[in-house]
This record gives sequence, C-alpha cells and structure tokens, in this order.
Amino acid sequence: MDWQWAADHVDEIAELTKSHLYLALMPVLWGLLIAVPLGVLCVRLSWLYPPVFGVVNVLYALPALALFVLLLDFTGFSNATIIIPLTIYTLVVLVPNVVDGLRGVPEPVRQAATAMGFGQLRRLVQVELPIAIPVIMAGLRIATVSSISLVSVGVLIGQDFGGLGDLFIDGFQKNFMTPLIIGVVLIVLLALAADALLVVAQRFLTPWSRTRVVRGRTRARVARRWRPA
Amino acid sequence: MNLLSSAFGWLSDPANWSGSDGIPTRLLEHLDYFARSLALALVIAMPLGVLTGHTGRGGFALLSIANAARALPTLGVVIIVVLAVGSVTSLWPVLIALTALAIPPILVNTYEGIRNVDADLKDAARGMGMTGWQVLRQVELPVAMPLILLGIRTAAIQIVSTATIAAYVALGGFGRYIIDGLAIRAIDTEVAGGAILVVVLALLVGAAFIVLRRVLVPAGVRHQS
Repeated sequence: MDWQWAADHVDEIAELTKSHLYLALMPVLWGLLIAVPLGVLCVRLSWLYPPVFGVVNVLYALPALALFVLLLDFTGFSNATIIIPLTIYTLVVLVPNVVDGLRGVPEPVRQAATAMGFGQLRRLVQVELPIAIPVIMAGLRIATVSSISLVSVGVLIGQDFGGLGDLFIDGFQKNFMTPLIIGVVLIVLLALAADALLVVAQRFLTPWSRTRVVRGRTRARVARRWRPA
Repeated sequence: MNLLSSAFGWLSDPANWSGSDGIPTRLLEHLDYFARSLALALVIAMPLGVLTGHTGRGGFALLSIANAARALPTLGVVIIVVLAVGSVTSLWPVLIALTALAIPPILVNTYEGIRNVDADLKDAARGMGMTGWQVLRQVELPVAMPLILLGIRTAAIQIVSTATIAAYVALGGFGRYIIDGLAIRAIDTEVAGGAILVVVLALLVGAAFIVLRRVLVPAGVRHQS
C-alpha cells in the first residue's frame, strides 16, 4: 500500500467517487420510479405479474458487460449506456418486493380503509404503500448495494464510465496494487454507507414499527426460555 | 433487429464452432468456471447458513458480512488476486471472485429459510422425540428447501453472467468473444453473439432449477408455497 500515491491522487479519487455515486444511484432512482407503478399494476391485474416477473428475470441474466456494449449502438459513449442496464437490474429485486409488500397488506386493513371512505388512490398512497415499506426497503437496499458494486464494470467500455472502476484498470495496467485496494475499499464503504442511510430512512418512514419490533423480540426471548431444553 | 440478425449470422457460421476459440471449447471453459465456483460457494455457505439458522446464533453478524460481500466489485477482486498471484492464466482469481459473488445469496437464503421454519413444526418434531439433528434433516431442511434453492439459483445465474469478466484477465469462457470483439469493434457480430450465448446459458441454468425444485422439494411443501 503506497500512501504517498493516495495522497497525490486525492482530487482524482474524489472526482471518481462522485461520478461513481451518480452512475450507481441514478439507476436505483429510475428503478424505483418504474417498479412502484409497475408493481401496483401487477397487484391490480394479477395476470400481468407472471409475464412481468419472467421478463425481469430474463433481463437480469444478461451480463452487464454485454448490455453495456450492445447499448453503445444506440446511446453511444454516454452515461445512459451505464444507467439503463443498471436500472434494468434493479427491477429484478424491486418489482417482486413491491408486489410482495402490497400483497402482504392484511385484508382487514384494506377493508377498514375502504370503510373509512378512502378511494383507491388514497388507500394506496396512505395505507397500502406505507405498510409495504419494510419489504420495498429490503429490495431497495439490495438494489443499491449491487448497483454501487456493478458500476465498476462500465470501465471496460471506456475510462469515464466505471466510476472508481477506473482505478482497477489503472492498477492492472501498471501492475500496482494501491489503486486497486483503494477502489475496492471505497466501493464497499460507499455501499455500506448507502445501506446504513436506507436503514435510518426506513426507521423514519415507519415510526410505528419501532415499538413493535422491540416488543416482539422480548416476547420471543421469553418464549425461548420457557421451552424445555 | 439488424443487430440480432448479424449476431445470429455470426452464431451460425461453422467457423465459430470449431477449434480452440470455437463455441464448444468456450462453453466447456465457461461451465468449468461455473461448476467450480458454485461448488466452492456451496461448500462454504451451506454449512454456515444451516448452522446459524438452526441454532439462531450469529445471524446478525452473518447477514452484515453477507451484505458487505455483496458490495465487493467482482472486477476489482479478480484483478487484485491476479496481481497477488502474479499470473493472468491462473484460475484462482476468477474462482475466488465468483465464489465471493455466489456466497451471499446462498448464505442469506439458507439462514432465513431455516430460521423461519414455523416454531410449532419444530416443537411438534421435538415432541415426537426427534433429536436436534433429526429435526434439521427431516423438518427444517425440507421446509426451507424452496428458499434455499432460490438462493442457489440466484447465485448460479450471477456466476454464469459474471464469469464473462474472466476474459479480461486472459482466461476463456464466453466472455472471450465479448472482450475480443470489443477490442476489434466487432460489436454486432462477435460481441452480440457472445452476449446471446451467455444469456442462453443463464436461461438454461434457470430452467435446470425448475427441474431441481421438482426433485428436491417434497410434494407437501411444494403445494403450500
């Protein structure tokens, strides 16, 4: 590990980190914007879900490198070439989680909302989606972490398209370990930080679940103590 | 559609079906990386997942580590191991990186599957006089099998599609066509053809798991889920 090299390249690394975050997080945002309406639609029209699920899973099997290259024909050397495939990958976790989350809303809750005079849209936004947040969040966390780690493959297309992945090529060509280690460590740290932020966000978005979790845990512990050894 | 037709043209050219750069050779290489890294990942992840799921201990630590491992950029890991080993033709860099990629989904699903087996079921098994080992083998594993298989399936598909990266460090597999084609800008023939091969292989692997599910998941559990 050559710390001097790291100190000399701080500006460059900061720049790469910025572009890495942009290329990784835009797909998550787009993915969410697509997955929520699509998931809602799949719950409404239950015949739609199996084909959507199938298509999303087939798309997921496309190797990132291949998708980047194939898109070059249409989008050229632009950020879209990286962002579109990564958006597609986020859908494979986001769509099923939105659907499962919405389907997990207890029927009595739904009926109570209707009985209180909620229209379909208001029930969706104020009751069903909030209840589905923990499941959607679980998918969002996986999508975010995977996206942050996947961006680096983009560097095989062109230097400017892999964020911190640029450091991998640099290190490989110079047979020099320092940039590689910095790249991998930074990517893992970014992913963990983003994951932690989402956990905090979930706590704020679902204040009602906090107390319930604690109570559930104590109850489980008591139950375990009572079980014969 | 132009892209697809030129890609299929490349795929149907007999010249691409023989020799050391032929599709059968590259397929065997690709399957070789796939089988070895999936086997390694299973040997590491399954016992750990079963143990933590069965005892209920260390689950939080396990999930945190698995989540962090998900963040590891495969390309970076491959190159680091290449530099550490000092050879671009060694298989280890790719095996280590692909195994690291496959462990989290297998580990997490095995752990979650076994831990979430209905407590009443386990109590009933205990009440019938089963030992801990019997509960695990005859109750927990069969009930958790759909979720475990799902984790292995995710891992398998990820390995197939990511094994393309092996070509970047001078190894074989279908990734060769993508990397070599990219170098000579043969995007709508060699690269697209290589990409299609990977996709077909990934779909076949996915289909194999539908068969595995029929074989490994007991009928009673299958109907429930």
